[in-house]
Amino acid sequence: MTMPISRGGSRTILLVFFLVLGIAQGITGPAQAKLFDAESFTLPNGLQVVVIPNHRAPIVTQMVWYKVGAADETFGKSGAAHFLEHLMFRGTKSLGPGDFSRIVAQNGGEENAFTTHDYTAYFQNVAADRLELVMKLEADRMANLVINDAVVTPEREVIIEERRMRIDNSPSALFDEQLDTALYLHHPYQIPTIGWESEMHKLTAQDEQAFYKRWYAPNNAVLVVAGDATVEKVKALAEKYFGPIASRPVPVRHRVEEPAKVASARLSMKSPRVTEIQWSRQWLAPSYNRGDTTQAYPLQVLAEVLGGSAASPLYKGLVIDKGLALSAGAYYDPNQFDLTTFGFSATLKHGVTVSDFEASLDDIVKAALEGGITAEEVERAKQRMIAAATYARDSLSGPARIVGTALSLGRSLDDVQNWPEKIAAVTPDQVRAAAKAVIHDDIAVTGVLMPGPTS
Amino acid sequence: MTLALAFRAAPLAVAALVALVLPARAVTIEEVKSQQGITAWLVEDHSIPVVAMSAAFRGGAALDPADKRGLANMTVDLLDEGAGDLNSTAFQSQIEDLATQLNFNAGPDTISVRMRTLKSKLAPSFDMLRLALTQPRFDPEPLARVRASILDAIAREQHSPNALASRLWWKAAFPGHPYGLSSRGTAESVNAITPDDLRSLVHNRFAKDVLIVGVVGDITPAELKPILDSTFGGLPDHAAPDTVPDMTAQTNGQVEVANMPIPQSVVVFGQPGVKRNDPDWYAALLDMNILSSGGLASRVTLEVRQKRGLAYSVSASLDPLQHAGVILGQVGSQNANVAKAIDVIRATWQRMHDDGPTAKELADAKTYITGSFPLGLDSTSRIASILVSVQFDHLGLDYLAKRDEIINSVTLADAKRVAKRLLSSDNLLFAVVGQPENLTGAVRVTPAGGILQGVAGNGLPAEH
Repeated sequence: MTMPISRGGSRTILLVFFLVLGIAQGITGPAQAKLFDAESFTLPNGLQVVVIPNHRAPIVTQMVWYKVGAADETFGKSGAAHFLEHLMFRGTKSLGPGDFSRIVAQNGGEENAFTTHDYTAYFQNVAADRLELVMKLEADRMANLVINDAVVTPEREVIIEERRMRIDNSPSALFDEQLDTALYLHHPYQIPTIGWESEMHKLTAQDEQAFYKRWYAPNNAVLVVAGDATVEKVKALAEKYFGPIASRPVPVRHRVEEPAKVASARLSMKSPRVTEIQWSRQWLAPSYNRGDTTQAYPLQVLAEVLGGSAASPLYKGLVIDKGLALSAGAYYDPNQFDLTTFGFSATLKHGVTVSDFEASLDDIVKAALEGGITAEEVERAKQRMIAAATYARDSLSGPARIVGTALSLGRSLDDVQNWPEKIAAVTPDQVRAAAKAVIHDDIAVTGVLMPGPTS
Repeated sequence: MTLALAFRAAPLAVAALVALVLPARAVTIEEVKSQQGITAWLVEDHSIPVVAMSAAFRGGAALDPADKRGLANMTVDLLDEGAGDLNSTAFQSQIEDLATQLNFNAGPDTISVRMRTLKSKLAPSFDMLRLALTQPRFDPEPLARVRASILDAIAREQHSPNALASRLWWKAAFPGHPYGLSSRGTAESVNAITPDDLRSLVHNRFAKDVLIVGVVGDITPAELKPILDSTFGGLPDHAAPDTVPDMTAQTNGQVEVANMPIPQSVVVFGQPGVKRNDPDWYAALLDMNILSSGGLASRVTLEVRQKRGLAYSVSASLDPLQHAGVILGQVGSQNANVAKAIDVIRATWQRMHDDGPTAKELADAKTYITGSFPLGLDSTSRIASILVSVQFDHLGLDYLAKRDEIINSVTLADAKRVAKRLLSSDNLLFAVVGQPENLTGAVRVTPAGGILQGVAGNGLPAEH
């Protein structure tokens, strides 16, 4: 049995189409650019290009990342970023609807795309000698997308079906969506990436065209090529296909500032489709980009110490020793453009009350904060995290995703490269300090999803 | 605009190239035999200091005793919860400190394990695997805890539209057969499982004569041989026999509906397929890719999603089990539209039955299936899984090298004949969970008591 440390809900990554095999897995995995031997250059039109050579097999992954996501939508047009991601497959001035996917498939390629609050990315996995073809295709839709009612009308139904599938059919996804509105008082992270249904229905071709024109430009994108390719070759191809696309002024990503949280909140929801109580507690926390960013590394270690191991206080204390929960863990993802979240989650054992569970959890967390986080635990967690980074090299798309995420959030290759050193340098004092800075009961958002009739 | 013409002209010319260029032989497989006679397939790759191993024992959850359904599933959940001198926490802490990834899984036809380890931790990691396979403890605390988790998972399945639709489908298609039953079991059968049952599964089923091993990464045959002996050498020679009978899915066009108050009806649909060793396997694989692959270019996606916006996701594919071949698909559509989505699927299905694919579609499917296969060879663990899968299906050491040729040898006549033989829109069994409107001829079922869970595949990654 493993310890689920998951975070579902409205901030889940959305894909243009559903893949059973789980390419949709979140971007976690720390890594070293050094390990990937990544190299970067920028075209005169502002397109940033990263090449991650990997010659184990004659295949490549091409990813194009746009530095725009759902949190950049115009207020009242929720879902526009993700809708555009879908429309990117529906044709250009030279390609009919569906041609893009057909050409990729005809050439033995696989493709998909995903949207988050902060970025939108498209990828193809192909034989190395098909790189030119897919680069031509990506460059084409960066500049020449056709958006009209003929494609918008059926595709809007598709994204609404996607919302029904991912959110409306699932009590826990619906609940997570509500929790985000309590967690973020003002920031657009409170709005689901897929959109509110009422607004999705009203998204028009004009809205999508405006979003495309505003944000999809070479100077707002990152091209990542990983696999059996060289910098020279990628450079030549990128210059040939992306080079002619003119740069355009792109707005500065200016999101509203999240005001200070001064109140705690407790949300609860009942559903007859829930079998055991699902509990979570979350706090706003610094990310790599916002808040006290020096805490981004200690907080990763903190999550690992508290909940990342079978011997961790949350899992061992709540699940094994006290038998109050079926699962318990901690989570933290520093990869957000603005403030992110730190949280605990658990599924309570049948018959355990929320108050009994919370009392025990509070004791465990309090003990951990008041000196209970030992130097040994911190060291063990760090070693685990750094060792696991080696596995990040054991795939083609993993490194491409890690690098693409970092760069589309405005970070540098060096930032990625230095990850193991930064983690290694984290001290137990820093972990305790980060914990104290983030974990405050008086500003926590607690969610309780429980079995019961809908009122 | 010049770009445009290039695209329209390119695909065929380009497609012809693919088969020539793309090397499933990017991997060289070697058969390694240890001193004690344990065989493994090995792909050496010394580019990073990582070793992945995948192993499977033939015989899975379908062999669970009727009154102890869920035994295989519970066993694999407990294998890493304490073994030898190590209790649950000690065992898992050791795995964590080694930074080793270790996962056990029980499919209907296999019990399998996947491990990935750093080269520097090779010996201690395999030793942990040996302990788990030969000396699992099944202590009271983890047993109670895992049992509670499984009981919750069983309860949750009844409220998950996807899990429930799948269970209804398998229950209806495989009455009286283990494939029709949940591999998790029922609350009653899970509560009946004792530590002795778990121990007897380990003793009866983890044996050398049903063991399949694939290893990939930074390891040589000389290094692997003693590890094979130390890890698996202590297993018994013979496993209990596989007594599961063959069966054909009993589908005859029925539409079963279970009520759930959700806005989108979730539908699992399917009919009999072909088993992996069927001579028509490759033609069927190509036909199904054209008809209903999950990609945006397939016929059902074109009709259901692209043209009509009736669903976000619709697909169907071959699901080869050891004792039955099945075609299984899934679609989700809002309650008001689901009847229409089902009609469109039936019509698309029928058109494929009547006319088969076009020459162009077949050529495109061949380039996709041959060309995309090597894309799955990018990580040690994925290659290791494929090595096990190819051995499971007895496809031979040279299968990866021959695969393109086999697929390219399927003729248009083959593909049409197999579409006609295989696909039957009248037979498609639909299991619908939701509140579908205007669905004619539907049978309402209550998902109470003896609810069954679907099994997807044989528990191994598809190597097709």
